Amino acid sequence: MTTFDKVVKILVDYNDCDASEITMGTKFADLGLDSLDTVELVMNFEEEFGITIEMNEGLQTVGDVVKLIDSTQG
Amino acid sequence: MLRGKTALVTGASRGIGRAIALRLAENGAGVAVVYAGNEAAARETCEKARGYGVKAQAFRCDVSDFIQTKALVKDVIEAFGGLDILINNAGIVRDGLVLSMKEEDFDRVIGTNLKGAFNMIKHTYQHFMRQRGGRIINISSVAGIAGNAGQANYASAKAGVIGLTKTVARELASRGVTCNAIAPGFIETDMTSKLPGNVKEAALHAIPMKRMGAPEDVAKLAVFLSGEGAAYITGEVIRVDGGLSM
Repeated sequence: MTTFDKVVKILVDYNDCDASEITMGTKFADLGLDSLDTVELVMNFEEEFGITIEMNEGLQTVGDVVKLIDSTQG
Repeated sequence: MLRGKTALVTGASRGIGRAIALRLAENGAGVAVVYAGNEAAARETCEKARGYGVKAQAFRCDVSDFIQTKALVKDVIEAFGGLDILINNAGIVRDGLVLSMKEEDFDRVIGTNLKGAFNMIKHTYQHFMRQRGGRIINISSVAGIAGNAGQANYASAKAGVIGLTKTVARELASRGVTCNAIAPGFIETDMTSKLPGNVKEAALHAIPMKRMGAPEDVAKLAVFLSGEGAAYITGEVIRVDGGLSM
């Protein structure tokens, strides 16, 4: 399972959205997620990947998160 | 009414904080009694709380210390298995006219009374958010609404608490977490017993009800705001002052 697949799975679990519609370019806002949702998702990502993510306004798309996770695990 | 809930009360060894902790305990909530220095008084609060058949434990913490508060929240959640109600009550005074108020007097009061509340909210935020529920009650003061000569530091901190309250209420409203403030007037506690006689007399004269309030008067409101009856109230500031600041 790639990082992208795992992130998508967490998103689908969280928001009950359609996995097939999520791409690297999908914005959290497009999925109807507000800033608090993003904070909560980031906490879920941290648990899943066993990393610490510094919250910042730059985290807007699925791709942003995937790249960040890959960079901390590389 | 609050059975099965856990409350954390800062400044709970004495005064308003103790009254709130005991009222919450009486209504069935387990209480984490947070104190800064007076261990004997904190223990007494715990013993009295246990008299109501609930869990009570004392925790020493300087709420103005970011690191200490982080550890405190973790310890309390571990010890009680959860947290539902946060009461930010810890407060100090360093009175004096602005002219004679030392920088340190200002910083210390802001540190405990305002940053202390921020620290506690900051470290419980994720817990409440994920829980999709929680009650935050900040103890402000009528001094923060109307100002008070000789209390530039205290009034500034207490006004800041109101801004903090309304902001947190907005941020967490969608998660079922409410945040409200109580603004007491003159309440009979150790803090007000130190006031000079003439100041106290002038205060009594200015209160339409012509008497000081009791810690219990504040505690009853805190219990209400912690309960089901207040589920739709958030961002509110309620004065308990015998009409002083209307």
